[in-house]
Amino acid sequence: MIAQNIGFLIIAIVMIVAALRVVTTNNVVHAALWLVVVLAGAAAQYILLAAEFVAVTQVLVYIGAVMVLFLFGTMLTRARIGAESDLNNSYKKLGIPVGLVMLVAMGLALTDSFGDEKLPESAKVVSTQEVSDQIFGPYLLPFWALSFVLLAAVVGAIVLARKD
Amino acid sequence: MIALLAEVPYWGQSLLRVLGGLVAVLLPAGTIVYVFLFKMMSFMQSRLGPMEAGPYGSMQLFAEVGKWLQKEDIVPDRADARIFKMAPIIVLVSTFLLVVVVPFGPEAWFTDFETGVFYALAVSSISVLGILIAGWSSANKYSLLGGLRAAGQLIAYELPMVLAVMGVVIQAGTMNLQKIVVAQNTGSMFGIDAIGHPYVISQFFGFIIFMIAIQAELTQAPFDMPIAESELVSGYMTEYSGFRFLIFFIGEFATAGVFAMIASVLFLGGWGVPFTWFGWTSVDDVANWMNIVGPLIMFTKMMLLVFVIMWIRFSYPRLREDQLQRFAWKGLIPVALVNIMVTAILKVVF
Repeated sequence: MIAQNIGFLIIAIVMIVAALRVVTTNNVVHAALWLVVVLAGAAAQYILLAAEFVAVTQVLVYIGAVMVLFLFGTMLTRARIGAESDLNNSYKKLGIPVGLVMLVAMGLALTDSFGDEKLPESAKVVSTQEVSDQIFGPYLLPFWALSFVLLAAVVGAIVLARKD
Repeated sequence: MIALLAEVPYWGQSLLRVLGGLVAVLLPAGTIVYVFLFKMMSFMQSRLGPMEAGPYGSMQLFAEVGKWLQKEDIVPDRADARIFKMAPIIVLVSTFLLVVVVPFGPEAWFTDFETGVFYALAVSSISVLGILIAGWSSANKYSLLGGLRAAGQLIAYELPMVLAVMGVVIQAGTMNLQKIVVAQNTGSMFGIDAIGHPYVISQFFGFIIFMIAIQAELTQAPFDMPIAESELVSGYMTEYSGFRFLIFFIGEFATAGVFAMIASVLFLGGWGVPFTWFGWTSVDDVANWMNIVGPLIMFTKMMLLVFVIMWIRFSYPRLREDQLQRFAWKGLIPVALVNIMVTAILKVVF
């Protein structure tokens, strides 16, 4: 077992525990903070895969922006201190089988496509420059299309939010 | 230097890096508090400031820290105790994460991170989380308002900061802070090699936007609405006392130091001197003594920038909340976007 495997194991266990706490905790803000742990764990896994650009983007977008806005929103509206009884609803029984099905489906897809295949010893680390060369080269058109979709969503959000 | 380090085992190097990180965060913080907060502010207000502890009051800080450490660790009755205790630590941790990418010399760096600038901007946004939950968990309306104000302000000013840095990244062609330092010191302006190419000249608008944005990110006056004492008692810090307040306090001034270091790396040439002075052509030529002199140069530039930040802090009255938001969204961000476009066009043309 090499060091990376041990690192992966520790981070994965932390992520699993945190993910379970997200759905079992009785307080909205606590759930959001556990979600921060999960997202930070994902960033750590990316670093372990030497994908530092993706890892940093994960921190910037999810922890720095999405979670902050999430907390901001809940604190403006309804975040009380202490346990809330009405946080868990009756869809729990439906949620668990759906989650299990998703787990099995994704696990099958992964083992089916990769199996026992191993990465080559000297796997080349993809630099940020190569990522950007790909985005602004062969993938320019999909990138533009995505940008337009995002722009449309932003404009739509503003139109919905404005009263006048 | 590097030969010396090569003989140290990996755990020893890591230990040295941790110690170096502590020094790089705490030493500037202490110096900033003594020189600017105690002395400069006093002189600007025609008084002497602390004079009793040590020569010229220089030991005052140790007395203050001793006092804070002795205080009782109070948690409000209705507060969410665990999160209340965690919040200041998150703020301080984001400062320590920030210093990791700052280069202090040709070989005196903690990590040679390829996406250094991007990383610095990303981890600096973690402190918002700490401030937000500090405000929420205190179970105090003033704290909550302060926390929400802080979050709104920090998000608003993170954008112009990112956009201002983009101009530097376009010009240097790299996001690695070490390479940005080298690019500035090996470059030349108007055919003159003597001053290198500090981006403060060619990216002047970027520099101004960046400095305004970090003034707001550090919640220093005139951008100190989150802790506006005449409206919100002390904002998100209202319920904090003793050493947890001390952590917020250290965090505030340590972050000021680290942001000033990043600004000096991006715009003032960082640890380097123009390489032509000593006939160096690349970073590999740079003499070993720069590993000792470099941090000192860096420290001088940092003190200069923090001086400007503090000067403005002590001189201007607080903006109103709506003025603050309007200034960021309608003033700084459009200017920063135009700056990026002009830089990109000039980069392609020349």
